[in-house]
Order: sequence, then structure tokens, then C-alpha cells
Amino acid sequence: MTVGLVIVSHSAKLAEGVAELAGQMAPDVAVRAAGGANGGLGTDFEAVTAAIEAAQSGAGVVVLFDLGSAQMVADMAAESVDGDVRVVDAPLVEGAVAAAVAAQGGGDVSAVAAAAEGGSPEPVAAEDTTTIEVVLTNEIGLHARPAATLARELTGVDATVTVRFGAASADARSVLGLLGLGARGGDTVSVSASGPAAQEALDRVRALAERNFDE
Amino acid sequence: MGCTASDVVAAIKAVADVVAEHKVELTQLDRAIGDADHGENLNRGFTAVLAALDGATPETPSAVLKTVATTLISKVGGAAGPLYGTAFLRAATATAKSDELDAAAVVAALTAALEGVVARGKAEPGDKTMVDALEPAVRASSAAADDGGDVAAVLRAAADAAASGAEATIPLVARKGRASYLGERSAGHLDPGARSSSLLLRALADVAAR
Repeated sequence: MTVGLVIVSHSAKLAEGVAELAGQMAPDVAVRAAGGANGGLGTDFEAVTAAIEAAQSGAGVVVLFDLGSAQMVADMAAESVDGDVRVVDAPLVEGAVAAAVAAQGGGDVSAVAAAAEGGSPEPVAAEDTTTIEVVLTNEIGLHARPAATLARELTGVDATVTVRFGAASADARSVLGLLGLGARGGDTVSVSASGPAAQEALDRVRALAERNFDE
Repeated sequence: MGCTASDVVAAIKAVADVVAEHKVELTQLDRAIGDADHGENLNRGFTAVLAALDGATPETPSAVLKTVATTLISKVGGAAGPLYGTAFLRAATATAKSDELDAAAVVAALTAALEGVVARGKAEPGDKTMVDALEPAVRASSAAADDGGDVAAVLRAAADAAASGAEATIPLVARKGRASYLGERSAGHLDPGARSSSLLLRALADVAAR
């Protein structure tokens, strides 16, 4: 039972496209599209309500929207149904991908909402941190799909993992954070881990990079 | 002498007529600074409201307002559905205990409607939205009631103030809604939401004056 996602857009095509993209990262997550109204552009309260109900497994639903009135329709729909439904103000595409990955990893509704908003906590370096250098041998570097794969790879591993590239750093479980590093193919990133399973985390990251992120 | 449920139904029918009459005008205003659907959307909504009220007249003014609210919410895509839907829903809640609406109840309904619109849309006066018509309307209606005005006087004061408030949106730069994406280019246009709010209140006032 994972948190569900609903993508609300004025455009049916946009909603479906974002849902498709997010769903690719999260095969077990219910990602529903609710786009368009009356056969054209707009947002349809009943369609959004139905999508929320379809995405609700009991674990909660996170709703993302595109523009102004889509938020109002999403808010009203969220208020009209039972269960924990969070409407989050997040970048639609990146937020949906980040939320889908967080939901796939078993995050609760608060964690999924925070992932959509890019709100993973700023990583803090602990003293017993181990750091490795990882060369990104895949063509596109830490782009959306590899970033999502990396975040998923660390699901359930009890360690704080930080990826640094140049002056920037990101939590390795934050897809948005990883994307924000802008690390491309051929770049070298340093990966630090602390916590009980720090070594396992680093082993997994190294193995994943060596497999070219399963691309 | 207050407004019964059937008076409120008559007023809502008059609103529907006015919306139908001004459908093209509202859409044209929205074409200038928005997504060119305000007249169509509102007319679709109020056409559905007429159909919903055609079956049976709800027993109380509050129940009529609630029917209007739920119909608008389900039938109107775009900002007008949630905003007017919330306005009518709050007005319904504010009048839930009254079988007939007196001047004070009408002011309470208008006040609640404005609060609902602000809560839903997060707009403030001066943002070039329907709030710029509704906020002065609520103040004027309250003042009219304090002066001992009846329902007709209260609604006339609200409609007059809303009309001035809507006109005053013309020079404003939009800070909320689709028009806000235009920035400075939104200045020089009447806000379609403020215009429709003003039309709605005028329709209510005209019915009350009969």
C-alpha cells in the first residue's frame, strides 16, 4: 500500500504525460491524471475528485497541479473526500517524479509531499562519514531517471547519504536535489555516507554507477 | 419582510439570465487578460443551476444557495467554479438558521461569501480580481444595514459599490489569477471576475427592488 499521486492540469495531455513520466519511476504507485474539462482546457472538480478516490489506497494521496485555478479545484476536491489528501505547491514535472519515487520507496504521505516540494533536509556531515568518488560513466549523468534509480536504490538502507558535485550537495534520496547538482556524464561526484549501514549504502551507489544506473 | 426560499430562487434565476445576457462580454474581457472562458464557464454553470432548481425548490434560502454552490463547483471549470462555488457555499452556511433572510442576514451572507472567496483565492483588494468588487460591496451593504436599510437597500448599496469597485480594476496591474502572468500589460482592462461579481449583485438588487 503506497501513497497515491494525482496530477491536475488544465490540459488532459499534460496531466497524462506527467503521470506517464512519474509512473515510469514508480511501477507500484497509483498515479492518476485529471486534466481538462468539458473536452477542452480547464479543470474539472468531478474528474479530480474521482482521480483522488482512485489513487487512494488508504495510505494517502498527494496532489500536484499546474496553474492557479487547478490549485483551487484540487483544494476543493481534497476537502470533499475522506482520507489524507495533500495538495502541494511544487514544480509539476520534477515534483511529480520526486513524489513518485518517494512513494515507491514506501514514504508516508508527509514524506511524499515533502519530496514533491524538494524539501529534503539539508544534509549534515557527521564525523564518522565515509566518502567515495564515483565517476558517472553513463551518458546523461545524474539526470531524472538515474537520479530516481539512485534514490530508489537507497530505500530501506539505514544511512545518511550525501552527493557532492563542485560546491553543491544533495541528499541522495532527493531526486530534485540530485537533479539540481547538474552532474553530467563523465563528471565525478563524491558520495558520503554515515550511519549504521553507511558501507552498504556506498557499496550500492558504487555498484549502481558501475552498472551505468541500469540504463 | 424577508426573502423566502422562493424569493432566493427567483433572484438566482435573474442572475442566470444576466449571466447568459453578458456571456460574450465576459468572455471578451477574459480574452484580453485571461483564458477567454469566463462567460462560457459561468453560463454553463448557471444553466446547470437552473436545471437543478427546476426539479424542486429547496425548502430554505440556505438550501437554495447550497444547491447553487455545489452545481457551480461541479460544472464550472476554471477559477470561477471554485470561487463562486465557495462564495455561495459560505453564504449558505451563514444563513443556515434562517427561513427568511432579512437585511442583516443578507449582509452576513455577503460577508461570508467574500471571506470564502478570499480564503479560496488568496487575493487581496487591489490584486485586480473579483475581491475588488466584493470587498467594497460588503462594506457598503453593512453600512446600509446599519442605517436601517431593508434587503433592497442593502443589495442596492452592494451593487453600486461593486460596480465602482469593478471599474476601479481597469488601471490595476493584476497580481492574482491568469492575468498576473501579463504583468504591466494587464493594466487598462476591466477584470472579468470583478465585472461578473458586479453583474451578479446588480441582478440580485434588481430582483429585491421589484
